[in-house]
Amino acid sequence: MEKTKNNRAWFLVLPVVISVSFSAIIPLMTVVNYSVQDIFGPGQRVWVGKEWYVDAVRDADLHAALLRNLLFSFEALLIEIPLGVFLALRMPAKGKWASLALVLIALPLLIPWNVVGTIWQIFGRADIGLGGYFLNSTLGIPYNYTLNARDAWYTILVMDIWHWTPLVALLAYAGLRAIPDAYYWAARIDAASNWAIFRFIQLPKLRGVLLIAVLLRFMDSFMIYTEPFVVTGGGPGNATTFLSIFLSKLAVGQFDLGPAAAFSLIYFLLIQVFSYIFFTTIRNIGRGDTA
Amino acid sequence: MELQLESIRKVVGGQVYLYEMSLALKPGLNVLLGPTTAGKTTLMRLMAGLEQPTSGRILLDGQDVTRLPVKKRNVAFVYQQFINYPNLTVFENIASPLRIRGGLSKTALRERVEATARMMRIHDLLDRLPAALSGGQQQRTAIARALVKETGLLLMDEPLVNLDYKLREELRIEMQNIFDSRDAIVVYSTTEPVEALMLGGTVFVLDQGRLLQSGPVLEVYHHPDTQRVGEIFSDPPMNLLDARLEEGQLRLADGQRFPATSHMAGLLPGAYRIGVRPNHVTTAPTGPSSVAVPGVVELAEISGSETFLHTATAPGPDGSPGKLVAQLEGVHRFELGQPTTLYMDPDQLYLFDMEGKLAAAPERIWEEAV
Repeated sequence: MEKTKNNRAWFLVLPVVISVSFSAIIPLMTVVNYSVQDIFGPGQRVWVGKEWYVDAVRDADLHAALLRNLLFSFEALLIEIPLGVFLALRMPAKGKWASLALVLIALPLLIPWNVVGTIWQIFGRADIGLGGYFLNSTLGIPYNYTLNARDAWYTILVMDIWHWTPLVALLAYAGLRAIPDAYYWAARIDAASNWAIFRFIQLPKLRGVLLIAVLLRFMDSFMIYTEPFVVTGGGPGNATTFLSIFLSKLAVGQFDLGPAAAFSLIYFLLIQVFSYIFFTTIRNIGRGDTA
Repeated sequence: MELQLESIRKVVGGQVYLYEMSLALKPGLNVLLGPTTAGKTTLMRLMAGLEQPTSGRILLDGQDVTRLPVKKRNVAFVYQQFINYPNLTVFENIASPLRIRGGLSKTALRERVEATARMMRIHDLLDRLPAALSGGQQQRTAIARALVKETGLLLMDEPLVNLDYKLREELRIEMQNIFDSRDAIVVYSTTEPVEALMLGGTVFVLDQGRLLQSGPVLEVYHHPDTQRVGEIFSDPPMNLLDARLEEGQLRLADGQRFPATSHMAGLLPGAYRIGVRPNHVTTAPTGPSSVAVPGVVELAEISGSETFLHTATAPGPDGSPGKLVAQLEGVHRFELGQPTTLYMDPDQLYLFDMEGKLAAAPERIWEEAV
């Protein structure tokens, strides 16, 4: 059979190639370019090789930020996933209450991130904030997120839970609605308990959406920036300096573009690796589901 | 053991799912036949105790179980979807009802599960998860889960509808043997008349939430009380032709007449509707009394080794288009638009009055049913 040669198909791919070049490849290569040079100013640059990478890997502050961020993501996932599933199970399945519950639960997701930060910054203030005032004056618990590292940490964590648990709840809710009623009837005929229904029907059927929820929540919390930046600015001290805040201090604050670029690439790699690990492990747990 | 439903009714949000009906189910096979939205599933859910009737009582061996929650009843249910616990193996799936009920030793449980699995021919698959099974095997597992409990009431809601033709035939025959070997009330719902005929037993014909007729399958098939039962219990649906009975003769829409003899003799003159099953319509006269109906070929469907020939015939008195469908043995070719003449034998005609009630049914010819 004779093959016809026609390379014009390339033209069809060209728009994608061009747009991806501008949106991803060229900026990324700029970062790669920066990461191996020391930038003093326009036109003034020195080749430094892998020096910034070595520095980044050895930087104690960076290690601390990484551990802090991992701990934060871990705590956020640990609370948000079960809480989201719990909320989804409690939400009415149909009727007018279902729509109302959906709107109410989705509300935090509709608020811009820096507004969320502002809301919580004010909410936590001891003088004019509802939450801060209540804790300090009514309950008598000394609480000040600008001075106390622990208070700052919990403020950011609770804020993240408030902001993002609804996402998990919505995903889980959608997953629950996709389970055919016949499963519940079958379970009732078997006289299965509510716990058994959750354990053997709902949870396995939710595996797909929970995998997505865990991945999304991990990536987002690992890249958290806006909210802590608005509320605490990374403080007090370094208590809430997560990786992206650390990075922006380096790049924007100190204008150390070289180290910041090197670290960006490491950061990028870390997220990829963690996401891959999450994805493969969760996918392999209880692989009996077709959903 | 007997299950009685006494003047039960089911209304949900002002919409009537089931109009008042009474039925008694005896051990053996009970087939619920009806098109979708007939109320088959609702009826079975009432029998299972998954729902309560709006009014009426459900008696099991004379004992009122209407308000008894499903947990306390001894029922098994198979659905048209393949319902198994997704992260339990086939063995654990089949064992789950026994485990919840408890009271069985480990070896006794294993024996029961294995025996049931062998009966459903899935004993080689006990370690697999449902997702690693074919559709047929998944449904076998679900059926095994229902059978293992050895309940007095086994409900099967269109269990074979999601399987392909071959598997359906295979499973139907196996299940028939299993039903025969048990002393349980089996309720089996289906939309297919052929399936009801193959399964046998007692049939309950449902339509739009009403119980139209019940009785032994062949009896109902040969003697439909109403035109609607005849339509439901015939696939392709029974042909209906408008006719008038005058002076002992039936006049068709195209004006031709033929004598109303044998079972049709003695009827009052007036308007009637002739019902004739497609398998009784032929392309050649079957006897001297055959009635010829001229028409034009509209469609010829080939289904397996049969051909369904749809023809357009003379319009009815109200101008509605006349139609006649013939179910022909073998694969035949027809040109669309080709004029053709179909024949029907007056001995095989049903007559319904204009209210749809049966006026005359042909003599029963038992051997041709299956």
